Amino acid sequence: MTTDLIFFLILAFVSVGAALGLLFSRNAIYAALFLVLNFLTVAIFYLFLNAPFLAMAQITVYAGAIMVLFLFVIMLLGTKKLKTRGENLWQRRLAIGLGAVLFGELFTMFFFQGRGSTLIGDLGSGFGSPEAIGLELFNQYLLPFEITSILLLVGMIGAIVLTKDN
Amino acid sequence: MIPISYYIVLSAILFTLGAICVLIRRNAIIIFMGIELMLNAANLAFVAFATQHQVLSGQIFVFFVMTVAAAEVAVGLALIVTIFRTKHTIDVDQLNSLKG
Repeated sequence: MTTDLIFFLILAFVSVGAALGLLFSRNAIYAALFLVLNFLTVAIFYLFLNAPFLAMAQITVYAGAIMVLFLFVIMLLGTKKLKTRGENLWQRRLAIGLGAVLFGELFTMFFFQGRGSTLIGDLGSGFGSPEAIGLELFNQYLLPFEITSILLLVGMIGAIVLTKDN
Repeated sequence: MIPISYYIVLSAILFTLGAICVLIRRNAIIIFMGIELMLNAANLAFVAFATQHQVLSGQIFVFFVMTVAAAEVAVGLALIVTIFRTKHTIDVDQLNSLKG
């Protein structure tokens, strides 16, 4: 066991634990905070995988903007009123069974088809840097990038129109 | 050096937990968080495969997924706020007006 592997396993444990916390927490605020923890661990995995730009974007966009929006809405609606009735037991059992089947299929697909055994080699130090991402984005993906801005505009207008008082 | 398959299995675990979260929770906001968890797991798989095949396109795609997720959260939370204003609940079991 190398130190890399130990570090990976600890982080994976934290990540899965945070996801389980999201799954089982009663309080919506705690669920959101568990999800923030999960996003932060995934950002560290991005750093491992030679994607420093995406790691920083993950922290600012997901853990920053999106989760603040979630917390804002939870506090706007009030946590007391968000309490819901207990879940159906048979639905929970069925969901966990179906989830186990889904995980089994994903695991089989990736693990036993001989494609997942490659080790991460040493890439060039520029791989995944903001410079490389920017060059790729503006040379090869310029049109999707511009369409993204329209998408964000539509999302913003949609949110304003939906929540506007009549 | 960590094998890529470890990341893929972790991504599969996170995706499954997100799917179970969508299936068993009744609070619309927490269901929404489960969807975010699934998107995030897919992003992790994208980045892992981008590293394995040494092409940058996978990372670019994660960038696009993030923007789509941001737009989706803005509209989705606006919908939840509107539903809460009219129905005074966000329990998805009680939103059954369309039930025959």
